[in-house]
Amino acid sequence: MKTKYSSLFTLPYLIWSLIFIIVPMGLVVVFAFTTESGQFTLDYVSQVGEYTNVLVRSVWLAAIATVICLVIGYPLAFIMSRMPGFQQQTMLMLIMLPMWMNFLLRTYAWMTILEKNGLLNKLLGLIGLGPFDMINTQGAVVLGMVYNYLPFMILPLYSIMTKIDNRTIEAAQDLGANTKNVFLRIVIPMSVPGISTGITMVFVPSVSTFIISRMLGGGGNLLIGDLIDLQFLGNAYNPHLGSAISLVLMVLILLCMSLLNQFNGDEEREGMLL
Amino acid sequence: MKWLSKTYIWVIMLFLYAPIGVLIFFSFNQSKSRSNFTGFTLDWYTRLFHNDLILQSLLNTLIVALVSSVIATVIGTAAAVGLNSMKKWKKSIIMNITYLPIVNPEIVIGVSFMLLFVLAQGLLGRINLGFEFGYGTLILAHVTFNLPYVILNVLPKMRQMDKFVYEAALDLGCPPVKAFFKVVLPEIMPGILSGFLMAFTYSLDDFVISYFVSGASSQTLPITIYSMTRRKVSPEINAISAIIFVVVLLVLLLVNFHGARKERVSRREGGLA
Amino acid sequence: MSNTIISLKDIVVEFDGQRVLEGLNLDIHDKEFVTFLGPSGCGKTTTLRIIGGFVDPKEGDVFFEGRRINDLPPHKRHVNTVFQRYALFPHLDVFENIAFGLRIQKKPESEVKERVSEMLALVNLKGYEKRNVNLLSGGQQQRVAIARALVNHPRVLLLDEPLGALDLKLRKEMQIELKRIQKSTGITFIYVTHDQEEALTMSDTVVVMNDGDIQQIGTPEDIYNEPKNAFVADFIGESNIIDGIMLRDCFVEFAGAQFDCVDKGFAPNEPVDVVVRPEDVKVVPEEQGQLTGMVESVTFKGVHFEMSVTVYGQEWLIHSTQSQEVGSVIGMQLYPEDIHIMKKMEESL
Repeated sequence: MKTKYSSLFTLPYLIWSLIFIIVPMGLVVVFAFTTESGQFTLDYVSQVGEYTNVLVRSVWLAAIATVICLVIGYPLAFIMSRMPGFQQQTMLMLIMLPMWMNFLLRTYAWMTILEKNGLLNKLLGLIGLGPFDMINTQGAVVLGMVYNYLPFMILPLYSIMTKIDNRTIEAAQDLGANTKNVFLRIVIPMSVPGISTGITMVFVPSVSTFIISRMLGGGGNLLIGDLIDLQFLGNAYNPHLGSAISLVLMVLILLCMSLLNQFNGDEEREGMLL
Repeated sequence: MKWLSKTYIWVIMLFLYAPIGVLIFFSFNQSKSRSNFTGFTLDWYTRLFHNDLILQSLLNTLIVALVSSVIATVIGTAAAVGLNSMKKWKKSIIMNITYLPIVNPEIVIGVSFMLLFVLAQGLLGRINLGFEFGYGTLILAHVTFNLPYVILNVLPKMRQMDKFVYEAALDLGCPPVKAFFKVVLPEIMPGILSGFLMAFTYSLDDFVISYFVSGASSQTLPITIYSMTRRKVSPEINAISAIIFVVVLLVLLLVNFHGARKERVSRREGGLA
Repeated sequence: MSNTIISLKDIVVEFDGQRVLEGLNLDIHDKEFVTFLGPSGCGKTTTLRIIGGFVDPKEGDVFFEGRRINDLPPHKRHVNTVFQRYALFPHLDVFENIAFGLRIQKKPESEVKERVSEMLALVNLKGYEKRNVNLLSGGQQQRVAIARALVNHPRVLLLDEPLGALDLKLRKEMQIELKRIQKSTGITFIYVTHDQEEALTMSDTVVVMNDGDIQQIGTPEDIYNEPKNAFVADFIGESNIIDGIMLRDCFVEFAGAQFDCVDKGFAPNEPVDVVVRPEDVKVVPEEQGQLTGMVESVTFKGVHFEMSVTVYGQEWLIHSTQSQEVGSVIGMQLYPEDIHIMKKMEESL
């Protein structure tokens, strides 16, 4: 439906996104490069350098969590995609159900399990092991990330794999490919767009989280998100430094994503975001 | 091979559900301990329903989610309709802006809103239009992060729609506005509905962005839950978890059942033709 | 014929700077079955959409019964369209699809019922009222689309390749059906197709189009028997198009031989296109032929054999009821009235 006026329909949205997307993003940039009195400065941006260890830790932990999600999620997504229709629906529901619980609750659950005198240590005690220090470790943070974001990896993988026709696989087998070759030459190459979507959807929230690290990592395992939070709502109140860190985080993510896009070509992202 | 994949599925399901199960299990625990089950009680549930803070924040959550997703659905649907007939380059610029709130980390969106609202507070305060962080800021922020979900759900429906259907309505004497409501809207309704539902659930569930833009009087349920987790031991959280889990389960079952039945009905009709 | 109902004057249409129609002129007479025929991209659908009101011409005027309607929006025109892929309203059943136009006009329920069932009878869909349109077969959807467009009693019905999505047998049935409906309703039909056979079977008048321009307007017989140029000849049925030289009136030279013909009015020794229909070539023993050629291939086509024959270095298509041996040399005869002489087109096809 092409009419002269149809683009007017977009106008309210354009105005809205100008005020509430473009301007706030612009403010982050402006704040990052100005002092309280509005002077231009690079102080805050260079100050971010002092937190290199936090940046590295964030990227490192998020990367580990992402890899674990991929390794765990990939086989599951493939198994799901080859199931009969009804079972696929059920599995999909089972994967999505925990996602609908608030992530605070999901993280809280692990908090209670991993505690010093929590359930896991108690169970291990029954067979004469432990107690272990599990909470307030980097391992616990990674576990929290994996638990929270695993469905974000499985769903895009699954949705791309359902598009791989069984006949394609049969054709490969017919041409002499064994199971290993089927995966290496057919399934994996065809699921690349799903892999990169999944990686993005796990990595981005993992690298920017501040709740998981706070609840499971104790005070000693601060991540970028915690730093930002501290500058805005914490004791260290300094929105300029906070903006500078946010900017660095955005650039970091942009870099990682463009690196990923190298493998991905120009796939259309629409519809993969669910 | 078969048993291997079965085992694998079971292990992952255990991983996904065990923590939730533990949470729910201890919601029935008499003591506050999270590892020793000392006896069955429904006390925590009773307390929950007498906790004004929780009830109030639940109400806040529902109001914010409903208002923001309705606004987002109206603006987003209109935007998708307009976008569909736009030139390609214009459309791709706007779509890139649309992806921003999805691709950007939530925390960055959150602080950017905070900066905007603090600034607006100062500017508007000077002309005596000052405002507090509260419903207003929450709803503005929620509409913004809901909009992309509405647009991304409606746009494919617009694209799939046979554009000649609209022309056919005009052709049969229907004026343009009426044709939109009689023909286009019913066609894209499934997209609008799923966009609305998605926006509504994201809004219900949101913590990070709300955390930066809510005021003391307008805490949403996730924010209240967060402050409860900071106080360490509070089995009411377990009770909330159990209730939320059951509600979500029921909704999902209902949706799935409904979907399955609809499919069956249409298949039967197809068989007749 | 009768009076003009639609007339297009000097119509120019551009899409993104590209000219789709260049100065098109056309009169359409009332109660006629008119077909726009041409290859895809020739501008036939665009012309139809101008009449429907869906395309604004950049230049030129559209008249409906003498009144200029350029600025009249589609929903105010007494013209209805059967869309290419039907464009039925998927959320409405058969009855409501057909009733749509009447509902817009807020007709009373009794009249809606009466007129819809009248239409259902016209298109042979009685008893399908409550059916889901998405589950109908292609042919049934087609009938709903026609009924829906006719229920408003338009003066003109526009049909945009309406049979394109149907299989051959159904297409033949619907062709007869459409012709019957047109006769019984007396509505002017403007029909767009790229299928020359369809155009010839159904139309009173055929408008052959190419590259945004009208090549020829005429009855199906005219178009087939007297194509105006090589494009029309080639597009309407199979033809052999040979370079020739018009030696003088009614005498032409091509393929290394000289022939009597019936065309005149060319300059002496003017280069021309000579068009010969495959079925007009008479196969005779080698020594009796005006031309000779070697048979390259023979294909059985049911009613006749289709032969590819090399004549004077060029490949000819010949239809004959008798098969010839591949590799044999045959003689060929042409009657003067079967040799069609055409002005050279400025550009080759």
